[in-house]
Amino acid sequence: MKVRIDPEKCQGQGRCFSIAPGIFDFDDLGSGVVIGDGTLSDETMELARLAQANCPEHAIFIEE
Amino acid sequence: MTDIPLVQDFATDWDHSDPQWVADPYPIWEDLRQRCPVAHTDRYGGGWFPATHAGVSEIAKDTDNFTSRTVVIGNGRPGELDLPAPIGVAPPITSDPPFHAIARRLILPAFAPGPINALEPMIRELCAGLLDGSDGKDVVNAGTDYARYIPPGVIRGMLGFPEEDVELFLEFVHIILEGIDHPEEDRIIEFEPVEAYFVAQMEDHIANPRDDLTSYLLNVELEGQKLAMEHVFGTMVLILVAGIDTTWSAIGSAIWHLAHNPDDLARLVNEPDLMPVAIEEFLRFYAPVTMARLVKHDMEYMGCPMKEDDWILLGFPAANRDPIAFKDADRFIIDRAENRHVAFGLGIHRCAGSNLARLEMRIALEEFIKRYPRFELAEPDAVTWAPGQIRGPRNLPIRILR
Repeated sequence: MKVRIDPEKCQGQGRCFSIAPGIFDFDDLGSGVVIGDGTLSDETMELARLAQANCPEHAIFIEE
Repeated sequence: MTDIPLVQDFATDWDHSDPQWVADPYPIWEDLRQRCPVAHTDRYGGGWFPATHAGVSEIAKDTDNFTSRTVVIGNGRPGELDLPAPIGVAPPITSDPPFHAIARRLILPAFAPGPINALEPMIRELCAGLLDGSDGKDVVNAGTDYARYIPPGVIRGMLGFPEEDVELFLEFVHIILEGIDHPEEDRIIEFEPVEAYFVAQMEDHIANPRDDLTSYLLNVELEGQKLAMEHVFGTMVLILVAGIDTTWSAIGSAIWHLAHNPDDLARLVNEPDLMPVAIEEFLRFYAPVTMARLVKHDMEYMGCPMKEDDWILLGFPAANRDPIAFKDADRFIIDRAENRHVAFGLGIHRCAGSNLARLEMRIALEEFIKRYPRFELAEPDAVTWAPGQIRGPRNLPIRILR
């Protein structure tokens, strides 16, 4: 499973990189970015889902 | 003000300055959600108020049908005197696409988490210093003596204006906040000493560049050109107007909540790691900011006959209490794990200062409860709430328990 952020939807609300700093980071404009290729382990999956559930813009996607 | 009639029915005659709305708007919004999800008023020249999360969300993201050229509701329809879209008076908050993205890109780097997080020691020192000033008192006014001074102190520091000018700076902030909706000709006169001081600071920064927001704004380039001094001044005014009442309100509301919810206070004192999650619930439950939009053209929208230049009151605080979007929406749950609140807005106008606001809230609360782990409202009925589009406690006497 992989996580990605849709850059068209992301407005820099900042929830993902606060909740899951190991999975998400921010760029120079404060937009959320996925660290590496976004592959999730069993341990990181739960945090990624929590970040997804806190994104007001619904910009986080977790896919096969 | 006393001759304005009280509202009898908020569905057909809403008024965000009505005493009932100012004192406790939440039951009004819940009632509207159940029987009239988009309320109307003839006040202010005519406008609409969506009370649901879905309604607020849809309009916030719809820049085809709504413009941001005025985001604060005035006494009548804005008319032709208003500066036209897409730039507006205070870009980017009053800008529409496509100019909006250009103006926003200019300021976002200064408010991204990197530079903002670096302010933590300065903010902590400021908060601790304010608390030193009330040391030993039995009653502390957490509104007028604490929360109120934090945002202007932080912004003064960010701008790199001299510390010894703090009183002068506060006076200028007062002039700007009070005068922002005065008629243009009055505002020009009132702002003269403010502008003279800001220009002197800018000139000093041009002569002696340093690592602060003023030097950043003076050096940043828009299409290969540095900004004119007036543009830099205008941006500074926006930062002051947008960043002071709002964060002051958010800090004040959180202290007000903790003062009459001792279990939540005890949890924060005993579980410091809970603070970031609690901050999000404070933001959801007591979201201070409501923005406005204008209808771009006559249309039928959400079943309502909207006319060009009708106001839209975009109630992010109402959206945050919608039970369709939030489980137990009317309960404050300090460890609420899933919280898609919209306190900072939605879409392209997401509050550019959100990272700063959160940092100020966190440090202000951490320092307050570290100094005063137990406190209560000294006079619950004496607490006053700011009217209009920014909601938060102003007079907030707190009794320190020892």
